[in-house]
Amino acid sequence: MYEILKREEIAENIILNEIKAADIAAKAKPGQFVLVKANEQGERIPLTISMSDKSKGTITIIYMVVGKSTKIFSSLDKGDFFEDVIGPLGMPTHIEKLDRVICVGGGTGIAVLYPIAKGFVEKGSNVDVILGARNKNLLILKDEMDNISKNLMICTDDGSDGRKGFVTDALKDELEKEKADLVVAIGPVMMMKAVSELTKKYNVKTLVSLNPIMIDGTGMCGCCRVSIGGKTKFACVDGPEFDGHEVDFNELQMRLRAYLDREKKSLEDYNCKISGNR
Amino acid sequence: MADKAKKIPRQKMPEQKPEIRRSNFKEVPFGFDKETALLEASRCLKCKKPSCVEGCPVSVPIPQFISLILEEKFDDAIAEIRKKNFLPAVCGRVCPQENQCEGSCILGKKGTPVAIGALERFAADLEINAGKKDVCLNVKKTGRKVAVVGSGPSGLTVAGDLALKGYDVTVFEAFHKAGGVLVYGIPEFRLPKTIVEYEIEKLKSCGVKFVLNYVIGKIKTINDLFEEGFDAVYIGVGAGLPSFLNIEGENFNGVFSANEYLTRANLMKAYDSDYDTPIAVGDNVVVVGAGNVAMDAARTALRLGGKNVSIVYRRSREEMPARAEELHHAEEEGIDFKLLTNPVKVLGDENGRIKGVECIKMELGEPDDSGRRRPVEIKGSEFVIDCDLMIIAVGSGANPVLTRSEKDLALTKRGYVEADSETGKTSVKGVWAGGDIVTGQATVIMAMGAGRKAATDIDRYLSEL
Repeated sequence: MYEILKREEIAENIILNEIKAADIAAKAKPGQFVLVKANEQGERIPLTISMSDKSKGTITIIYMVVGKSTKIFSSLDKGDFFEDVIGPLGMPTHIEKLDRVICVGGGTGIAVLYPIAKGFVEKGSNVDVILGARNKNLLILKDEMDNISKNLMICTDDGSDGRKGFVTDALKDELEKEKADLVVAIGPVMMMKAVSELTKKYNVKTLVSLNPIMIDGTGMCGCCRVSIGGKTKFACVDGPEFDGHEVDFNELQMRLRAYLDREKKSLEDYNCKISGNR
Repeated sequence: MADKAKKIPRQKMPEQKPEIRRSNFKEVPFGFDKETALLEASRCLKCKKPSCVEGCPVSVPIPQFISLILEEKFDDAIAEIRKKNFLPAVCGRVCPQENQCEGSCILGKKGTPVAIGALERFAADLEINAGKKDVCLNVKKTGRKVAVVGSGPSGLTVAGDLALKGYDVTVFEAFHKAGGVLVYGIPEFRLPKTIVEYEIEKLKSCGVKFVLNYVIGKIKTINDLFEEGFDAVYIGVGAGLPSFLNIEGENFNGVFSANEYLTRANLMKAYDSDYDTPIAVGDNVVVVGAGNVAMDAARTALRLGGKNVSIVYRRSREEMPARAEELHHAEEEGIDFKLLTNPVKVLGDENGRIKGVECIKMELGEPDDSGRRRPVEIKGSEFVIDCDLMIIAVGSGANPVLTRSEKDLALTKRGYVEADSETGKTSVKGVWAGGDIVTGQATVIMAMGAGRKAATDIDRYLSEL
């Protein structure tokens, strides 16, 4: 059992949990994830470790409430427990000192991006950050990113914060302005695809973090398989980070929709159940 | 005695009728009742040099325990089995007896062998039903600590053997439940999970500690374990990296590895509507492969609502690696066998869902490295099987999660751990390995046999420290 030490709704429908998991915190590195299961009947949901604190023995996860499992997660308060937390899984990000890294985050992908951006800053790299969200109410970790980045640029679809438009617009301007050694792009699949297409034109190496459906997270089931440069890789053990120029994003998007009908029904049934109980 | 054996036919276990069991997950055979067990036990010739024991990877004293059953000393019978086998209720159900003990039984030469597996199960089930768990009383503690990585059949055997010798054993399991393949892989209808839980409880009563959700190689390295005071480490993490066919269209939705399909169904209990696990239910299901895992996947898909479930296998019936009983049960339940057939391409619709699989007919040519006749494509024989679910059960490769973190651990070219075949010793001092991570995908009992050898050697090593 893993105790929740903190629960905070950091943006509309986006929840932050700080969890007591000392052994995981001791080993967690940027780019790695945990699998979280709320109860005996629950699913195993992969979530990136957004922050970890060795001295406190805690890890922090951030997720958007989108289906039944995350709805159950969000119903847990401080002092409640997750039944299972497994990790740290996946390969850590290869972090090095670079002249210029541009970190591009969208939606809850920002939670995944944060520890990586921080890692590059701590290694002495110059890090510019571009964050995107549909509107300002959905934007997360803005202050945290502001604290570590050299330049922080915000893009919203409706212009409610920063520039009106997509992260790719801001990225294009930045790449025109000055050369970058690496772009790290984490967010919705179509955002990562658009960023990768753009950076390919500028010949800038691009790292993306993929979020396919997973079960065990240890390479045992092959559910999370993705096509990288025409080869099948398992995101849980070979990733989750891959060269954005090699990823088949369309296939990833297709595979993410495998259980869409079931997920919708499961959430509807759950909503009926909890409103019926009231 | 021999005359008597000839007169009494091999007793059959009563089982659920195929038309009923094909829509439930309850165990198929019910096991022997006392009368049937006594009758079957009376068939044993009690050979002076029992070849059945030689056929058993863990050398269960078979004639002895069968005699005890015949004398109705059931407690003694199970105690006799447990001297050599820590998981009798499991082995009685899942061992390929026809290739091992029963395959060597002298009665089988002219007629049918003694139903050793069924008798083992009978004795083990009696013990489970009585709920006895006190096997480790009065064991003198050695003060030495052993870490076992992986709680599948080989890990449990090592844990059991060493606990009985007084070692302080901790088992680390990556999943949220202990049991390894016994829990995630083998379905409820073949091995009820209450049995695995019972065996694990029994180990706990012997002082074995289980740490779940703990992926060694990630949360701790083997070196960390030594630093934390463990004196020896056993690696029994299983093969666990599913092989795919590497054919076009394999990533369409609706194409699963058997590992995924079975994990969803078994460990994550997708067949139980109280659980949140989604699983694909197909009307027309194609399962590729013909081992036990393929049979398990096909029969699971059937029970989840599949209307037409086919096994597609590139060789012929003689080469099918599954246990005879599994093939028999699968056929009885209406699984269709498309033999000498090989998939070449998965066909999908515009939404990325599988709609069929293109196959080609095969014929058998000259023997290959495995000694089996090599299947060869018949040109121009391509045809399409319409299906909405495809499960690939063609084996596993070596899982890299632990081995990647252990640079000093010598591996084979294919990524398996190099271990001495007699002792399980690896290239790293104080580290042993056994089961599928050494041999590649094999059977429960082979993994247990490897665990037994390693436990003996670990005991020798630690006694000399």
